[in-house]
Amino acid sequence: MAKELVKGNEAIARAAIKAGCQCYFGYPITPQSEIGEYMGANLPKLGRVFITAESELASINMVIGAGTTGTKAMTSSSSCGIALMQEAFSAMCCAEVPGVIVSVMRGGPGLGNIAPAQGDYFQALKGGGNGDYKLIVLSPSNVQEAIDLTYRAFHLALKYRNPVMLLADGILGQMMEPAEFGEYPYKDPDVNEWALSGANNRPARNIVSLHMPEGEMEQRTNMLFEKYAAVAKNETTFEEYMLKDAKLVLTAFGTVGRVAKAVVNRAREAGMKVGLFRPITLFPFPDKNLHEVAKNADMILDLELNMGQMLLDVRSAVFGACPVEFYGRPAGGLLTPDMIFEKVQELYKKLDDKTKAGVI
Amino acid sequence: MGADMSVIISGFGGQGALFAGILLCHTAVLEGKYTTWFPSYGAEMRGGAVNCSVNISDKEVPSPIIDKADAVIALNDASQIKFENRVKPGGFMIVNSSLSHIKPKRTDIKYINIPLNELAQKLTQPAFVNVMALGAFIEKTGILKLESIKEVMKEMAKTVSAKKAALLPNNLECVEFGANLIKNQMVTV
Amino acid sequence: METLVYKRPESLLKDGHFTFCPGCGHGVVLRMIAELIDEFNLQKDTIAISSVGCSIFLEKFFNLDVAGASHGRSTCVATGIKRCKPDKFVFTYQGDGDAATIGFNETIHTACRGEHITTVMINNTNFGMTGGQASATTLVGQVTTTTPMGRKAELTGYPLHAAEIVAKCDGTAYSARVAITDTKNIRKAKEALKKAFEIQMKGQGFAFVEVLAACPTNWHMKPAEAIEYMENVTETVHPVGVFKDITKETI
Repeated sequence: MAKELVKGNEAIARAAIKAGCQCYFGYPITPQSEIGEYMGANLPKLGRVFITAESELASINMVIGAGTTGTKAMTSSSSCGIALMQEAFSAMCCAEVPGVIVSVMRGGPGLGNIAPAQGDYFQALKGGGNGDYKLIVLSPSNVQEAIDLTYRAFHLALKYRNPVMLLADGILGQMMEPAEFGEYPYKDPDVNEWALSGANNRPARNIVSLHMPEGEMEQRTNMLFEKYAAVAKNETTFEEYMLKDAKLVLTAFGTVGRVAKAVVNRAREAGMKVGLFRPITLFPFPDKNLHEVAKNADMILDLELNMGQMLLDVRSAVFGACPVEFYGRPAGGLLTPDMIFEKVQELYKKLDDKTKAGVI
Repeated sequence: MGADMSVIISGFGGQGALFAGILLCHTAVLEGKYTTWFPSYGAEMRGGAVNCSVNISDKEVPSPIIDKADAVIALNDASQIKFENRVKPGGFMIVNSSLSHIKPKRTDIKYINIPLNELAQKLTQPAFVNVMALGAFIEKTGILKLESIKEVMKEMAKTVSAKKAALLPNNLECVEFGANLIKNQMVTV
Repeated sequence: METLVYKRPESLLKDGHFTFCPGCGHGVVLRMIAELIDEFNLQKDTIAISSVGCSIFLEKFFNLDVAGASHGRSTCVATGIKRCKPDKFVFTYQGDGDAATIGFNETIHTACRGEHITTVMINNTNFGMTGGQASATTLVGQVTTTTPMGRKAELTGYPLHAAEIVAKCDGTAYSARVAITDTKNIRKAKEALKKAFEIQMKGQGFAFVEVLAACPTNWHMKPAEAIEYMENVTETVHPVGVFKDITKETI
């Protein structure tokens, strides 16, 4: 199939439909409304379900309903809308309800603005929901990856019976570039072993998130964390670029990752040994892999469109193996190739000076 | 011109700056090139300032965000002011001189002044200043073929309402006219 | 010759003993729901949605598939289920704290969408499980742990009349309030529940039954006093009646 020009938001919607998404429940919010609009125009034609819910609370709880029957369902929203869904994410993880959430980040805190940002890394990864739980979080950096990771999100949700979030930023949502859809590449597990369908010639089932008897919740949480360990073992994904001899390693997620890649190219042309490490799964975070990279690097520069959120995971992964610097802009301030290149030059010069002085 | 081209197209809402960018991208895809389109607009649905950044390349485009562009198409005076400093030295700026009478500030870039509104309105009704500017841009840069963008327009006309499709001849005329302005040296380049 | 006069509904678990306080209305209503599911032969095709409050532990009583919802979101979960599985019988079981207080927006919108689900809302005019705080349906003057001097309208406003408001929604096919004060009224309540079941089975729209029930523990009354209070006080504020029934409406 040939590549076609497609907008990030629309690509996600179309990929979801190809992935077999039967239901979309959502509430409009910029900069992701195109997803709901595309679904509203197309799902009913396919005999599938589309509802503009009364709120984000309602949307995600409708996803839960669909999820308890083993049906592929999704919602999409942005920053403040995702904030309203946190209670449900925690409940979904606890009750093991599958579902896909697309979060297209805008500027915050508060209503913030509608400019692209990455200020919701904590929201996705460190949760606003209660208790010990983890969303699986996938971070696309271009439209092709948005399509591929949308497919993967639906598969992983069923495979692990866990909510999966596609964490995109407003740049990706709004931009267009050529991409191809191909076919949904996964074979999904049978849901009949656990899905609710009526207690027909089998014992009644329940999918609930309240577990009062003594020890039951502890046992359940331990079981969930064994599952998360399996997710980490099987699903950790990242991109490495020009790392072999890199003295300065850039870390970035989402669209910042591709801007950073452009800077790596420029730095290499200028004779600087710079590389890029880009986590694609944010949970599971590729911490062991990043640690190995850090052992061979002189410095890491973490780049984000926020005040330093993934930075905590980067530092935790690096664990002192090399110094970690941060460069970010919040709430709609973009990192352009020029800006990053300037920072790279500045840090690289420091490294060179240290090398000359025999420090490293 | 080289194999990489970055252009910012800017105007007020309704002038078709964003759509012009999309046309360019489709044309790039038709020619098998890599391309990105990234919009920027205010909260208003109509009338606010809008612009888009377009990259066209033979290689994968790493960054959809443009620091300094090879070219800027300024469809009004505000766009000229806003993006004059964003043209790379040696680059050029197409200025819609129907709506901008601002004196150029830079000496290291070229200004191509085209009274787009007057010319387009004389040519067809309704007129398409955005498409006329694209014609000039394509002819000036040679990054894409005029025939390709016409092909894209014809294909697009098949997918829109009959009312919109009826505007195809006007669009084709405007883009051709824009290209001829450069080709026939009817404007100072 | 022996005659069978009592049979435990198949839709209740054999060891699913109710754990409610003496005089509580929940057990009566759950039992009626189970009987109706048996009568309509729906057990194999039912998905029940529990809520938060004393209405939560459905899976401990019902021999039915149960999905749990967060506080106030039962009708959203029900919507998701019913839209995916339109051939299943889907009902929510909620209290006034859940369906009329934190979740009334969801209740109203579910009604307006005309979802083909049945909602049973037990109204005992307080948050029972958390110890008897005032809810949206609490009567003016009613003493609760958060209105120890009685609910004062000038401070906390007036009780919300759920069944009447739900009846105003175009997507509602049936909305009634019943009171389980004595055998006669319990029978009437079962008739209302039966109607609400049939509405869903015929795909006629949203069906809502608000059941006035006693909460002797939090009302600080003996069960018999609580029944009297319901008849003499609660029903004057939340009157029983059928507020909408599209099967009876004539042009």
